[in-house]
Amino acid sequence: MKVRAQIGMVLNLDKCIGCHTCSVTCKNVWTSRDGVEYAWFNNVETKPGIGYPKDWENQKRWNGGWERTASGGLKPKQGGKWRILANIFANPDLPEIDDFYEPFDFDYDHLKSAPEMEAFPTARPRSKVSGERMEKIEWGPNWEEILGGEFEKRGKDYNFEGIQKDIYGQYENTFMMYLPRLCEHCLNPACAASCPSGAIYKREEDGVVLIDQEKCRGWRMCVSGCPYKKIYYNWSTGKSEKCTLCYPRLESGMPTVCSETCVGRIRYIGVMLYDADKIAEAAAVSGEKDLYDAQLGVFLDPNDPKVIEAARAEGVPEDWIASARKSPIWKMAMEWKIAFPLHPEYRTLPMVWYIPPLSPIQNAAAAGQVAVQDDMPDVKSLRIPVRYLANMLTAGDEAPVISALERMLAMRSYMRSKTVDGVVNIGVAKRVGLTPHQIDEMYKVMALANYEDRFVIPTTHRELVEDAYDLRGGCGFTDGNGCSTGTTGGKLFGSRKFVTPAEGWK
Amino acid sequence: MHEFFFGTYPYIALSVLLLGSIARYERDPFTWKSSSSQLLRRKQLVIGSSLFHVGVLIIFFGHLIGLLTPIAIFDAFGIGHGFKQTMAVLVGGVAGIMALAGGAMLLHRRLYDPRIRANSTFADTGILILLMVQLVLGILTIFVSLQHLDGHEMTKFMAWSFGIFTFDGQAASYIADVSPLFKLHIFLGLTIFLLFPFTRLVHMLSAPIRYIWRPGYQIVRTKKRGA
Repeated sequence: MKVRAQIGMVLNLDKCIGCHTCSVTCKNVWTSRDGVEYAWFNNVETKPGIGYPKDWENQKRWNGGWERTASGGLKPKQGGKWRILANIFANPDLPEIDDFYEPFDFDYDHLKSAPEMEAFPTARPRSKVSGERMEKIEWGPNWEEILGGEFEKRGKDYNFEGIQKDIYGQYENTFMMYLPRLCEHCLNPACAASCPSGAIYKREEDGVVLIDQEKCRGWRMCVSGCPYKKIYYNWSTGKSEKCTLCYPRLESGMPTVCSETCVGRIRYIGVMLYDADKIAEAAAVSGEKDLYDAQLGVFLDPNDPKVIEAARAEGVPEDWIASARKSPIWKMAMEWKIAFPLHPEYRTLPMVWYIPPLSPIQNAAAAGQVAVQDDMPDVKSLRIPVRYLANMLTAGDEAPVISALERMLAMRSYMRSKTVDGVVNIGVAKRVGLTPHQIDEMYKVMALANYEDRFVIPTTHRELVEDAYDLRGGCGFTDGNGCSTGTTGGKLFGSRKFVTPAEGWK
Repeated sequence: MHEFFFGTYPYIALSVLLLGSIARYERDPFTWKSSSSQLLRRKQLVIGSSLFHVGVLIIFFGHLIGLLTPIAIFDAFGIGHGFKQTMAVLVGGVAGIMALAGGAMLLHRRLYDPRIRANSTFADTGILILLMVQLVLGILTIFVSLQHLDGHEMTKFMAWSFGIFTFDGQAASYIADVSPLFKLHIFLGLTIFLLFPFTRLVHMLSAPIRYIWRPGYQIVRTKKRGA
């Protein structure tokens, strides 16, 4: 047993209102710079839809993630090491910027500098890449917002696999949900494995996956390797960038910017202990539907004395072990089993998990044609097809998703009778395999979602790893070239001046 | 003049190449990159870049082996000078055409694609033009070589380059009487060495061969002291 700690996240999609506050605050902090204006480390997609970049979930097209070899091992779907090197001159699986969208801005200055003319002056779009006029914007980071565009195009959504999707294009049967996405900080990251330079690494102490900007050579294999397309090639600096899980904030015990600013309080951050020795085996199980269970098997129970002892032996700090015991991630993923990994079939063992959303009951149920027990309708009568959610969260296995939805419905029913009727309905709790105490806690964590219940983040232990004497007069967090922000001139090696996010605001 | 260009200039160029590269790697590692523009425009790159790189790599290693292997080794294996030259002309010619065709596509893309042009530095465009000129010069030398297929002329270049690397003061004199086309080709080649650290060419020093024998796929960094 090799115990490691990982900061994980859960997003409660049942409460996401699609306001994009997470995306915007993230962009303001991290990607308001040249070269990454097209990059959204966090974005919110309306589903069903093909998403951003286009059709990202379809690995038959993009070849992201891992593939199980005939001998039961794993290799990146885009190819093993020789294959990746052979593709280094031209990567056949790399999206073009148009698959994300061509970044643009508007000629706002024209509004005030235009001479007197018959027609009212307008601000027309201009490409941020080439500087040329763009006559018509045809795609953007959130083009399918609230089911924008025709169903024929959105219906290409990969999650419709195995579903008679045509009826969902009809107005009466239409459904939608939001899917906020960020880097999954996988236990088995395909980006790191694909990086020929070895610039991408996973931090041992908290599992955050980062790109060493000084070691990255821009071979761009990580972009195609990541099945979530959450690595962005900065076309200005020639280096790849990704979500950092706001590690400078995490290290001081603060939640990520996207989580902190989430108005729906849907995001949870906590510690998970896992067994690093089991990763290779879990990611390589043969059945895709078994991957979810296999990943559950990698997590270690922080209340188990043997695990605690092993964690101590591995040098996991005491407050991290204590945080793991209070982790909202553990409760949701392991205890209540209501949170699931996004596309486990990619075999990356992702660590940002999702609680599937409930949805309104179809007309038939409301009209009394569907059995409703304890105010709980059959989940099959919910507007969002269970199979659709299962394709997204459990590689198509419907049983765990049904169980999660039923538990959430049970929580509502139980709390309604408790607070409105003053009756504790043990029956409904039993029916979904929970105790009244567990439902009370679910209600506290999921419905009330107080700050301290959502974020249980231990601080980093610098005293164990760094000599403070060496850090004196240092520059803290920087991006790029050591302490330099490029202001010292020195264009000898043709570098573009590095613009910090704060400078980029000007 | 000849003595300066072929006796002294090689040392200047190689020194700048060596020290400049070390300085850049050391002082400005953030700028050390391949500067791929595939994200911005895939068109013309997939074929262009593949042809160009494969061609250039063959030419590069052809020159390396052809020029820096002592003549005695070829003689010991019984490889005749004429045969060696014919091989060089054949392999170099085919690779040269590949690189030239690919390079032409890349140059066209760099000069005429608005996205790529807007994001090209002077060094990016300049070095590509120089490489194309060098490729043309190299291919033109084939026609000179075809005039004397005995391989004698070629041994002069081998003696020269070997002389440069063994600090032979007489090195420049070995190629005093070769065609001006060869001299131009060598001069431009040395100039490309000189400019190397200031351009994107540095990415060739980072060719990620080590990836092949990197243990496993994953990389974990620890901050633990002493680890």
